[in-house]
Amino acid sequence: MEKVIVLEGLNAVDKKEKRSLLHKKIRLSDCIMYVLIYLSAALAVALLIGILGYVFVKGIGTVNISFLTSVTSVLKGTTGIAGNIVNTLYVIILTLIVAAPIGIGSAVYLNEYAKKGRIVKIIEFTTETLSGIPSIIFGLFGMVFFGNTLGLGYSLLTGSFTLAIMVLPLITRNTQEALKTVPDSYRNGALGMGATKWYMIRTILLPSAMPGIVTGIILAIGRIVGESAALLFTAGSGFLLPKVFSGYFSKIFESGGTLTIQLYLSMSKGQYDIAFGIAVVLLVIVLAINMLTKVLAGKLDVTKIK
Amino acid sequence: MDNNMVMSKSFSIIEGKKTKAVTELVMKYIFLICAFFAVLAVFSITLYMVLNGTPALFKVGIKEILFGTEWAPAAAEPKYGILYVIFTSIVGTACAVLIGVPIGVLTAVFIAEVAPKKLSAIVKPAVELLAGIPSVIYGLLGIMLLNPLMYKLELLVFKGSKTHQFTGGSNLLSAIIVLAIMILPTVINISESAIKAVPKDMRSASLALGASKIQTIFKVVLPVAKSGIMSAVVLGVGRAIGEAMAITLVSGSSVNLPLPFNSVRFLTTAIVAEMGYAADEHRQVLFTIGLVLFVFIMLVNTVFSRLLTGRKTEE
Repeated sequence: MEKVIVLEGLNAVDKKEKRSLLHKKIRLSDCIMYVLIYLSAALAVALLIGILGYVFVKGIGTVNISFLTSVTSVLKGTTGIAGNIVNTLYVIILTLIVAAPIGIGSAVYLNEYAKKGRIVKIIEFTTETLSGIPSIIFGLFGMVFFGNTLGLGYSLLTGSFTLAIMVLPLITRNTQEALKTVPDSYRNGALGMGATKWYMIRTILLPSAMPGIVTGIILAIGRIVGESAALLFTAGSGFLLPKVFSGYFSKIFESGGTLTIQLYLSMSKGQYDIAFGIAVVLLVIVLAINMLTKVLAGKLDVTKIK
Repeated sequence: MDNNMVMSKSFSIIEGKKTKAVTELVMKYIFLICAFFAVLAVFSITLYMVLNGTPALFKVGIKEILFGTEWAPAAAEPKYGILYVIFTSIVGTACAVLIGVPIGVLTAVFIAEVAPKKLSAIVKPAVELLAGIPSVIYGLLGIMLLNPLMYKLELLVFKGSKTHQFTGGSNLLSAIIVLAIMILPTVINISESAIKAVPKDMRSASLALGASKIQTIFKVVLPVAKSGIMSAVVLGVGRAIGEAMAITLVSGSSVNLPLPFNSVRFLTTAIVAEMGYAADEHRQVLFTIGLVLFVFIMLVNTVFSRLLTGRKTEE
């Protein structure tokens, strides 16, 4: 009898403590969710570390000076990606020459000139749509429109025009965001002193928004470097360097595969060591771009720069 | 006198403005034209996809293409049925989203709500980097790491099976895993900003009523952030359905029913695999596949996103 009473007493104490404000009730479901949340986040980090680690371990042996500076040739017995690096640079520059002015101009119009209305809605809707279209569709369109209709065939120019359409929304959106951070007092100040609108945009707005615009352009470069589906059927897969100096201009009308295309081709041919070598180069570029945007993001707020 | 005239002329506020006014007007129209490029691009892409995608539909027959199950473009009597290809894209995307979205949303919860500052300062940049990795690299790793693993699994599951065609690991399952990983960054980033946009007082109110942190997150914060998270899902679906290069080699390359261990072909990979050498009617059919993909994407971006998020895609 006594034992039972003692036990009941203990139970009561136990219950009391659980109800106390100071004693938090631990829910099993909470614990499970915490574990799941931590696992998910750990998975994301582990994936990144795994991908970077695996690629670097597998590929770093292939990357050396001659891999980066020579062209694959059976005669000379060399394997290298110099031609693809040059092609990538061509595509980056050509694409940006087309896309940057249009993208920035479009953002300026939307932010500074346009009045809220149907036209703005249509433009913003199409920009949104454009950013949702998958790259393979851009590739098909580029192949037919620039390649066949305009007669450019498989060439760096075709590829660049195609990519220009693809990165257009990226540049427009980033420029728009940057322009929005420029305080209205800057605009009013300039206009109040008698500057015309274009003068104000040229000398006040665009310089103030520059870090944001450059961020957009760098993000676009990242997209261009990583793109493959839109280039496979537009820029083709040439990997040679021009033999004479004048060839560097006419090259834009010739086919040229970027690093990603070469990676894909090596991969489908089963040349995995070359593929991993290129993957290392690509990852280094991606890392560099990522750091650059980080640095620039710190400078985004114009009002803070002194 | 002469001097005076010149002076007064160049300093007048009324004259000399003409050139400036012209420049102003010209610049305005230049900006307007720039802005219309996006409209022009979407319009011409739509036009070209329709123009190039429809001839085959009439030539071969809508029923034969869209509902045919046999794909044999090189046969003496070519067959262009893409029903299985469409199924594969739908099943593959759906499964990738089912795997990727929960993990993505939980990671977003981790970054935005749970993690101490130091940890979220590691996870967030990691996610951003993950987003920047080119899709071909995902494909390369899929071939090198996933496919051998899947092959082992396949050998285990179909031990002694006489009817199963062994794929060496290039199957639907591998492709789904690659796609699920690839949509993670998109889902995480968008849901994170949706969660961060939930007002602080909602959390405080819930916590003050005695709800635990987890209860607050799942019963208050996530429901409030629902429309943002749904747009993350929509973007994830768009990304998964449009991805081509990463899964071309990982998924195998024969047209089959989308069963986990079958070698399959997606809408995107069907184009990539054969566009290089296709000619005439075959090529036109590939454009039809492109058109089907385009229609899917448009549906996802407009109808689907409006249904799910209850608002237009733009803020």
